[in-house]
Amino acid sequence: MTILKTDKITMRFGGITAVSKLDMKIDKNEIIGLIGPNGAGKTTCFNMITGVYVPTEGRIFFEDKDITGIKTHEITKLGIARTFQNIRLFKELSVLDNVLIANHMRLDSNLFSAVIKTPDYRKKEKKIKEKSISLLKDVGLEEVMHEKSSSLPYGKQRRLEIARALATDPKLLILDEPAAGMNPQESMELMEFIRKIRDKFNLTILMIEHHMQVVMGVCERIYVLDYGIMIAEGTPVEIQNNPKVIEAYLGVE
Amino acid sequence: MSFSIMLQHLVNGISLGSLYALLAIGYTMVYGILRLINFAHGDVFMLGTYIAFYAMTSFMLPWWASFLIAIILTCIFGIILEKCAYRPLRNSPRISVMISAIGASFLIENLAIVIFGGRPKAFPIEPIFSKILNIGGVSIVSVSLIIPVITAIALCLLNYIVNHTKVGMAMRAVSKDYEAARLMGIDVNSIIAFTFGTGSALAAIGGIMWGLKYPQLIPLMGLMPGLKCFIAAVVGGIGNIRGAVIGGFILGLGEIMIVALSPALSGYRDAFAFVLLIIILLVKPSGLMGQNTVEKV
Amino acid sequence: MKKNNILTLISIIGFILLLLVLNITLGSYKMRIFNLCGIYVILALSLNLINGFVGLFSLGHAGFMAVGAYTCALLTMSPETKEMNFFLEPIVPWLKNVQLPFPTALIIGGIMAAIAGALIGAPVLRLRDDYLAIATLGFSEIIRVVFTNTQRITNGPLGIKGLPTIGITGQSWEIVIWTWGIALFTIIFMVLLINSSYGKAFKAIREDEIAAEAMGINLFKHKMIAFVIGSFFAGIGGALLGHLMGTIDPLMFRFLLTFNIVLIVVLGGIGSITGSVISAIVVTISMEALRILDADMQIGGYIVKGIPGMRMVVFSALLMIVILFYQRGLMGTNEFNWDWIINRKKKIQKI
Repeated sequence: MTILKTDKITMRFGGITAVSKLDMKIDKNEIIGLIGPNGAGKTTCFNMITGVYVPTEGRIFFEDKDITGIKTHEITKLGIARTFQNIRLFKELSVLDNVLIANHMRLDSNLFSAVIKTPDYRKKEKKIKEKSISLLKDVGLEEVMHEKSSSLPYGKQRRLEIARALATDPKLLILDEPAAGMNPQESMELMEFIRKIRDKFNLTILMIEHHMQVVMGVCERIYVLDYGIMIAEGTPVEIQNNPKVIEAYLGVE
Repeated sequence: MSFSIMLQHLVNGISLGSLYALLAIGYTMVYGILRLINFAHGDVFMLGTYIAFYAMTSFMLPWWASFLIAIILTCIFGIILEKCAYRPLRNSPRISVMISAIGASFLIENLAIVIFGGRPKAFPIEPIFSKILNIGGVSIVSVSLIIPVITAIALCLLNYIVNHTKVGMAMRAVSKDYEAARLMGIDVNSIIAFTFGTGSALAAIGGIMWGLKYPQLIPLMGLMPGLKCFIAAVVGGIGNIRGAVIGGFILGLGEIMIVALSPALSGYRDAFAFVLLIIILLVKPSGLMGQNTVEKV
Repeated sequence: MKKNNILTLISIIGFILLLLVLNITLGSYKMRIFNLCGIYVILALSLNLINGFVGLFSLGHAGFMAVGAYTCALLTMSPETKEMNFFLEPIVPWLKNVQLPFPTALIIGGIMAAIAGALIGAPVLRLRDDYLAIATLGFSEIIRVVFTNTQRITNGPLGIKGLPTIGITGQSWEIVIWTWGIALFTIIFMVLLINSSYGKAFKAIREDEIAAEAMGINLFKHKMIAFVIGSFFAGIGGALLGHLMGTIDPLMFRFLLTFNIVLIVVLGGIGSITGSVISAIVVTISMEALRILDADMQIGGYIVKGIPGMRMVVFSALLMIVILFYQRGLMGTNEFNWDWIINRKKKIQKI
């Protein structure tokens, strides 16, 4: 079953075409990699899917619903969550608060009942707190949950960002360079972790990654972008042997 | 309304527009480089006028020397202002910098009240500025013609500096990409200081001419023109010097014309700028000459 | 949790008793300043909600206060007082004979300010933050210009004199109950709001708008909520201020008034309720105390000339020092809580 489909999406900034006529089709429960040299338009592609940019041309479908031009927060509500390339945590707030905030939209309480704390609101609040703590346990951050999120080491900040994204109850999780800045040991753990959350939360995962070891190790299918154009698609083995990909990465001799 | 009266309003509008343009450039240049609303810019303008006033009345200097000294001292003051109030906060959240700007503005205003006194002062006017000229049946005070001429000269000079000199190129580079400019070996601090200096000098020129046209000085005289000229800069497209000039003229002409065409609305003259601001923010937030920018995620 | 609630309740009751005692012991001048403190607490908290918790830089407070003050004044004044005020041009007929009890008028004043907030917020809250600053400032100036020119509604530049005193009975003890009662209500409301899920969403917007939106927070809706609530309390504060002073005119609601409130919020710590409360009281009292700087002073037989305006120099310099060297202000983003006090006490006992 297809969960996400992009139909010839194009993004132009002024005269520059960042992404050109990109077609992607992602099935439920797949782990998909999106790779390509720097400036290939990978993050732009993520920004279009999550509604940060509206594609100049083309349409995006999520679970057969046209989501082109819908606001970011509404897309999140439909079930797409993301992390950011350059970690964007709520720095001054605690680790737990970071995750609690991601539950706000699912809480579905009006302002009045939230301020006077009606029994119904209290019950919901208690439930999301339990859920958030269990999420933090899953990513191994329960011990630091009362600390300021900016005080965490880099690797833990990355994990917190994933936990925060998971708290929005996504169906599709989009990860922008989750292994950036990690050592080989941490990268191995990350691969394990990605598989684990996919199974546990019944997710589909789309990730941009530069660590080839991680991409080849965890992704089931890979799309390759170069100068905004998709140059290859296939399983890790196919991609590794594709002459076009090799050319894009290494240049022509 | 007769043609000659209309022409008179037009001349007044153009000279007011010129003054707004000079002041608006200071806002737009600083915003272009630092993404900062220099709330104190209107007070720099006030200071320029007061320095010229004291140079003429207390030090008995000839008017041209007084004006020159006022421009130079105001320019230096602008550089000091940047160094003390804005540079220490360069990496702080935007909100802190904005508060600092407002604080600086209030500090200058209140110091001016203490030092210069709260009572209005009369700006001395040389006869050459107050001559009544009669051009084709329209009588115009000479200063109303001198203002656009001086403004045009100042704008040409600025245009030359920004587009044809090395420091101008560096200014443009810093406003395009602050970090990249720094990495390319541009001394960002001195470029910013230069920008503040230029903006302040233009504000002083505007202030002196303002004094010649509306010869009543009070310490809060910069407040309203300052706000309006920031709006002029936004209307024209913030960060764009040409836009600031256009915005200044739209504002100046608009204000004079509203009063001219409908005297009943004259009480609302000061509201014109703000209504214009709200309209432009709704219709084209990037301003008339501005480009749409996309925030990087 | 339970224990802390009891402690809070006890201190609230204690505080109300203190108000009544103070009302008897303090003279009318000091009592007036004390009431002013309460009003500034309301104003500072309402600005802090917008500027400190959501991170929007609004400079329109004086405008919202003006809306609240004028609405409330025009609704509470008797037809006779109105006639005396509007001697140049008569008041519009539909306002002439309206007279409502103070509490109703106060709430209507707040609601009018909130409506003004919604109207100005709708176009500008979608824009970048620094445009918001200039647009709200512009709005508050427009309000002032409009109020100066609508002579038949607001009496124009002459202003309105002879506003009835705060309260229903007109007794002095009632004033302090109203000012500080509403201040207390505002404090409790803000604490509950900030600790709720909505408050967390506000802080998320302050920290990182893009991430907040990606977490499913509707930016516009939440900014609007905060902005309208802030405007409502600004309107209430403005109405109380007008009735405490007894006269209002358009000049009272200049940018200087907004500046005073920004000053209080920054000194107290942007994003701290406790900080705003303490700072509102300290700044209001010292603003009064430092009036001596502006007046002539007698020191050992010599008369030292007062310098008009010196007081505001001190405050603007203070603001600059805090923002340049101690940006966190008095409290940073910290809050007072009972656990902290209790732990502190235990520590001291150990030593």
